[in-house]
Amino acid sequence: MTAAAETSAVHEFIAKTIADHPVTLFMKGTPDQPGCGFSAVVVQILDHLGAEFVGVNVLQSDDLRQGVKAYSDWPTIPQLYVKGEFVGGCDIVREMFQSGELKTLLNEQGLLPA
Amino acid sequence: MPIPVAELEADLQAAFPDAKITIEDLAGDGDHYRARIVSTAFAGLPRVRQHQLVYAALKGKMGGALHALALETSAPA
Repeated sequence: MTAAAETSAVHEFIAKTIADHPVTLFMKGTPDQPGCGFSAVVVQILDHLGAEFVGVNVLQSDDLRQGVKAYSDWPTIPQLYVKGEFVGGCDIVREMFQSGELKTLLNEQGLLPA
Repeated sequence: MPIPVAELEADLQAAFPDAKITIEDLAGDGDHYRARIVSTAFAGLPRVRQHQLVYAALKGKMGGALHALALETSAPA
C-alpha cells in the first residue's frame, strides 16, 4: 500500500470505531493495563462514572498512533470520543469530570447506568 | 527531549500577545510542564479548540519534543 492509502485505511478504521462504539478511548495500553499515567486517569474516570467504553490501544500500531493524532488534530494520547465527537484528552476529561460536565454529557447521551 | 521554559513561554507569548501565562516545570526535567494561559483568544471557544490553538502555537513540539503539557486555558473574566 502507498503511504496515502495506509493513512486513509487508518482514518477509515478510526471513523468506523467511533461510529460503532458510543464511548471510545484511544489510549496507550489497555483498560486493564494502561501503559501511561494519562491514559490511566481517563480509564479511572470512566470506570468511576460506570460508563461502558471501548479502549483502543494505539501502541499496537504506529500508523494508528499517528493516524488518530492527525484525525483529531490533537498531538497527544489519550483521546476520548463520545458518540463520534472528540471530547478531549486527559486534562479536559479531568476538568469535565471535576465540574460534573462529563457525567451530564454521558447521561444526556444515555450512556450511564440508570 | 526537554525544551527550556523560556522557549515554551516565548512561543506562547508570540501566539497570544495579550495572554497572562504561568508555566510550572512539574518534574524539574524540562519535559513535563503545566501552563495556565488566560487570553481573549479563547473567548467563546470550546476547550478542545482552545487547546488546539495552544498546540498550534507550539508548532508540533507537543507530542514530539515535549512529552507532557498540562493545559489550563481560559478567557479573562
